[in-house]
Amino acid sequence: MMADKRRWNAGTVVEYAFLIIMCIICVVPFVWTFFSATQNSTQIWQTGMAFHFGGNLRQNYQDLLQYTHLWKNMWNSAVIAIVYTVLVCIVDAMAGYAFAKFVFKGREAIFFLCMTALFIPASVTMIPLYIMMSGMKLVDSAWGVILPAGAGIFGVFFMRQSLMDYPDELLESARMDGASELRIFLQIVLPVLKPSIAALSILSFVQRWGDYLWPMIVLRTNENQTMPVTLALMITPGTAIKYGAVLLGACISLAPILILFLVLQKNFIDGMMAGALKG
Amino acid sequence: MKKSFWKKATPYLFLLPFLLLFFVFMIYPMFYSFAISFMKYKAGNFSAVGLSNYRYLLGDPLFKQCIFNTVVILVFQVPVMIGLALILACILNGKELRGKAFFRLCIFLPILIDTVSYSIEFSLLFNNKETGLVNTFLSMIGIGALPWMNDGTLAKAIIVIAVTWRWVGYNMIILLSGLQAIPKELYEAASIDGAGRIKKFFYITIPGVWPVLIFAVILAVNGTLQLFTEPYLITNGGPLNKTMTIVQYLYNMGFKKFNYGVASAGAYLLAVAIGMLTWMQLRVSRRDT
Repeated sequence: MMADKRRWNAGTVVEYAFLIIMCIICVVPFVWTFFSATQNSTQIWQTGMAFHFGGNLRQNYQDLLQYTHLWKNMWNSAVIAIVYTVLVCIVDAMAGYAFAKFVFKGREAIFFLCMTALFIPASVTMIPLYIMMSGMKLVDSAWGVILPAGAGIFGVFFMRQSLMDYPDELLESARMDGASELRIFLQIVLPVLKPSIAALSILSFVQRWGDYLWPMIVLRTNENQTMPVTLALMITPGTAIKYGAVLLGACISLAPILILFLVLQKNFIDGMMAGALKG
Repeated sequence: MKKSFWKKATPYLFLLPFLLLFFVFMIYPMFYSFAISFMKYKAGNFSAVGLSNYRYLLGDPLFKQCIFNTVVILVFQVPVMIGLALILACILNGKELRGKAFFRLCIFLPILIDTVSYSIEFSLLFNNKETGLVNTFLSMIGIGALPWMNDGTLAKAIIVIAVTWRWVGYNMIILLSGLQAIPKELYEAASIDGAGRIKKFFYITIPGVWPVLIFAVILAVNGTLQLFTEPYLITNGGPLNKTMTIVQYLYNMGFKKFNYGVASAGAYLLAVAIGMLTWMQLRVSRRDT
């Protein structure tokens, strides 16, 4: 099969073996969850390597409906992730453009402030934000989750970076031709930023979809909670935990992200890396 | 005259939505919480108490325990994960390797799952019983079942393994992009000079990938110092608070005991620690490049 010039020395065998073992470790928890979602709690607890269907799928689904507002929770997750993503992309594209292509008073100072704020842990602002959310009557609402995360500093850097290499002359000549600033932004800048906005969208969506700590603090009633918050509530110690149902919930919660990933593949990976690589 | 006003205002108008969100939901709460850290919250009112929140924290054995736990997890998790990611990236960067896309896809998969779901899964995979998946496997290869959840060290190991599992692929891809930026000629020249794989790794790969490596380490350190979901859901901080992390302590202080002052003071100590560590790491990256 591999009758080419390539030599199969010990090194290559070790490399392949290592890769294959790592892949198995990365994939097994998914496969296990997938099978366990069809099993009842007893089966999950009592059989270790239970890579088989358990015939309890319907019951797990019914339990899930009973203990959560499943599709409402999925809907909440989607609304929060989508609205947040749209908001961040618009706000960050505008701010990144301003930082990249304009010279104005206070630019360096504001930019430095953003850089510093990037390294401030979320727990610093958690309590004041909660007090503010109470004051603004946003506790238990989607905006209470979206707005505090709305200042997407990462995205501003990313957008700024993506525009840095774009020639100023092209913008200037559009200005000479009498194009308004808004039109320049919409018709020249946004198209240039398109790939970056796609990348930032994926990153923002995945981040918000899987978010836990802050949504758990802000969203108080089960009807308004997101999928992760609901799932975490289902394993509260001291209650009768329906593990099969929880794991089915985990599969349902994973589905949108997995589909997005399989459809977009390379773009998806680039998107997830967007903040990390260009920041 | 009018035109030049608009010309000057343009960048500010583009910045306005961002700055509004940034100042209202980030800068203002930062100062707010700094103020709270010197106050006590009781029955809806704040009163100044000077440094007593900070004094309380430094005297609280549970806070010390949480710092210790977080540091232990950090000291093991970051090198293990970055090391694994670097090895994987080097292998996947080899030009003769087949099935690259497949391997990359599998190793990237864990980043897709939300933190709550994977935490719940890991709590089941590592359960104490002989029938847990990991214990079944360990029995198969002759090590035998381990009391994962009942032992402080083993429970920390679960957190290390879980976080590494989720983030190794992410870091691998960051490092892979760093490796791809190293000119191939360097390796070819070294081969002609008779350098072996190990030599090439230490004299070409490491220096070439160094800035990206430091960047990945900074991200990992900051992430691990703020660990919450995994210990909260996998081990619930147990056994006997042996896996309780700093952020978990802050969460309990703020949102279970409603001791806003102490929680804010603790968050500031964490911010200072993160700031100092990041600064140190940036210095290391500058000196060596």
